[in-house]
Amino acid sequence: MTEILATIRIALRALARNKLRSGLTMLGIIIGVGAVIAMVALGQGAQEQVQQQIAALGSNMLFVMSGNMNRGGVRLGMGNTQNLVAADEEAIVRECPAVAMAAPGSGSGVQVVFGNDNWGTQATGTEPQYFDIRDWPMAEGVSFTNEDVQLAANVVVIGETVRKNLFGATDPLGQTVRINNLPFKVVGVLTAKGQSGAMGNDQDDAMFIPITTLQKKVTGQNWLRFISVSAKSKNETYAAQQQIEALLRDRHKLRGGKDDDFTVRNLADVAEVADQTGRVMTLLLASIASVSLLVGGIGIMNIMLVSVTERTREIGIRLAIGATEDDVQRQFLIEAVTLSIIGGAIGIIVGLLVSYLIPQVLGWAASVSMMALVIAVVFSFAVGVFFGYYPARKAARLNPIEALRYE
Amino acid sequence: MGNTVISMVEPVTHSGSTDSVIRAEDVHKYYELGDSRVHALRGVSMEITRGEFVAVMGSSGSGKSTFMNILGCLDQPSSGRYFLEGIDVSTLEKKQLAAIRNQKIGFVFQGFNLLARTTALENAELPAFYARVSQEERLRRAKTALQMVGLGDRMDHFPSQLSGGQQQRVAIARALVNRPSILLADEPTGNLDSRTSVEVMEIFQKLNEEQGLTIVLVTHEHDIAQFCKRAVVFRDGTIRKDDLISNRSIAADVLKTMPVLED
Ligand SMILES: Nc1ncnc2c1ncn2[C@@H]1O[C@H](COP(=O)(O)OP(=O)(O)OP(=O)(O)O)[C@@H](O)[C@H]1O
Ligand SMILES: [Mg+2]
Repeated sequence: MTEILATIRIALRALARNKLRSGLTMLGIIIGVGAVIAMVALGQGAQEQVQQQIAALGSNMLFVMSGNMNRGGVRLGMGNTQNLVAADEEAIVRECPAVAMAAPGSGSGVQVVFGNDNWGTQATGTEPQYFDIRDWPMAEGVSFTNEDVQLAANVVVIGETVRKNLFGATDPLGQTVRINNLPFKVVGVLTAKGQSGAMGNDQDDAMFIPITTLQKKVTGQNWLRFISVSAKSKNETYAAQQQIEALLRDRHKLRGGKDDDFTVRNLADVAEVADQTGRVMTLLLASIASVSLLVGGIGIMNIMLVSVTERTREIGIRLAIGATEDDVQRQFLIEAVTLSIIGGAIGIIVGLLVSYLIPQVLGWAASVSMMALVIAVVFSFAVGVFFGYYPARKAARLNPIEALRYE
Repeated sequence: MGNTVISMVEPVTHSGSTDSVIRAEDVHKYYELGDSRVHALRGVSMEITRGEFVAVMGSSGSGKSTFMNILGCLDQPSSGRYFLEGIDVSTLEKKQLAAIRNQKIGFVFQGFNLLARTTALENAELPAFYARVSQEERLRRAKTALQMVGLGDRMDHFPSQLSGGQQQRVAIARALVNRPSILLADEPTGNLDSRTSVEVMEIFQKLNEEQGLTIVLVTHEHDIAQFCKRAVVFRDGTIRKDDLISNRSIAADVLKTMPVLED
């Protein structure tokens, strides 16, 4: 053990002799390991974010959208057809046994004014069940009621971002805001859900009013963009999906081979697909980054070969005074591994730094896992051994007499 | 560890007198160079016993270095046998040969062959490092050896900070650090001026007299051979002459008659 330490000391000294060269060689490994860590962190960050976002939509949730998105999505975008109506929503609740709750939804971009402040946001018309389906409680106040829906009352529930921008320190409850010039009373403020999606959608930049109010007073349209549905349990989401599809085809009189004019999305499926996509992306990023680690390894091999040639005489001396082939091989192998391990250690620091800076600078999510660090350490060690082996072997196999004569 | 390798070697395959350190029997050495073959040694037989001090002489290309490399286990004979302390070296594996070079042989070269950017002390302790000797013991031995060759005050110097004679003395200290049974020196004074050469020969004589160390030394100069006890002359890969030296010079006395050049 002390012998290994002594050999490491010899290796460090040999490396210190050519600081620039050792530094440049390490740079390859530093970039390689740093890139792997940063890329994996980015991939996993995106993956986690997508999962959080999906989870934030509420468990057991199904999403019925107007329009058919299962055929390339180009032909009919979401909400561009007018055949999803409130009666469909009522029928779903009434006739699908696997469905617990449903809430209709339609939206419009609006200007909201409070005093001298105004704010542009999305007003979604819905029913009180919507907040239960999405598992989205109020931070203050209460949701509007079913009675408000029946009466098409001018009441509004606002998201945290809207509250912050319009009210600041003022208590918003009971205040009147103007939405497209109509007065609305603020009855509730939703808890903050935070950013979502790789694009940084702010889920809290939203407000909700009764669906009837939206249709009668704001948009003047009576069709829905979506229906949020909650299945009775997680296990029943698939059954719920089947029942909704059958029901809507029947209600929309789609016979035989006619395409659906709606789309039902099951969040469990969405989550799984997103997870797989994320994993593939992480793997892809990691493999691209590994190429630079490989190039770094080749750099080590190159410099070790140069070093063996330069130090032929030293090797001859060591062999002549009794070093075995194993001794010489170990010496050069440890030198290569020392290079790659130090490079790997610096690479980890660089990778962590980049993983820390990217969210700050670019706003992308990054998540460093312990696993990635362990793999980085193991890999840089392996790179040193793998690419150091051949040069070390070459050094050990030198003929001492010829090596001593080498100029 | 080095010791165990040697003790693993079959004890004694053949042995002359118990005091035989070196015994070469009809040693040949060829070098294949393309189609031609260089016959560097053409049947050399020689026995050297403990405590001898042999000068190997002969014209350039006569095979002296080739013979020394075989004695030093850096090279193997093409045919013939070589016994080192009774062990038939040609039967040994690379690892065992390395152990023999490490433990039984001290080699001193014409070109010093010290590790650059490595202090005198570290150079001197290197063979002990490969013998797996503990650090304290290594340091102790290297210091003793350096003091013995008169470099007690230069231990932390790098080779580049030492004169040729001093570098050669570091090399001698290194050769002694594992207490070998034989010291081989290939033209150790070849790069040194005459006074420094005699100083080096004084060290060899002292080692030979006081410690009974067996020494084989290649030289071109009769003056230098005159410090030894026996002279072997090579010609064309064979031994031409093998005589005891009469009128042997004593280096310590010669030094007194030589002017001291200021550094
Ligand atoms: N590696 C080699 N390959 C081919 N021929 C060699 C090799 N080494 C030595 N020789 C040849 O063997 C012969 C003996 O060489 P050696 O070095 O033993 O001579 P030497 O007596 O030491 O000479 P010098 O006094 O010049 O050092 C020479 O003819 C030399 O050319
Ligand atoms: Mg020679």
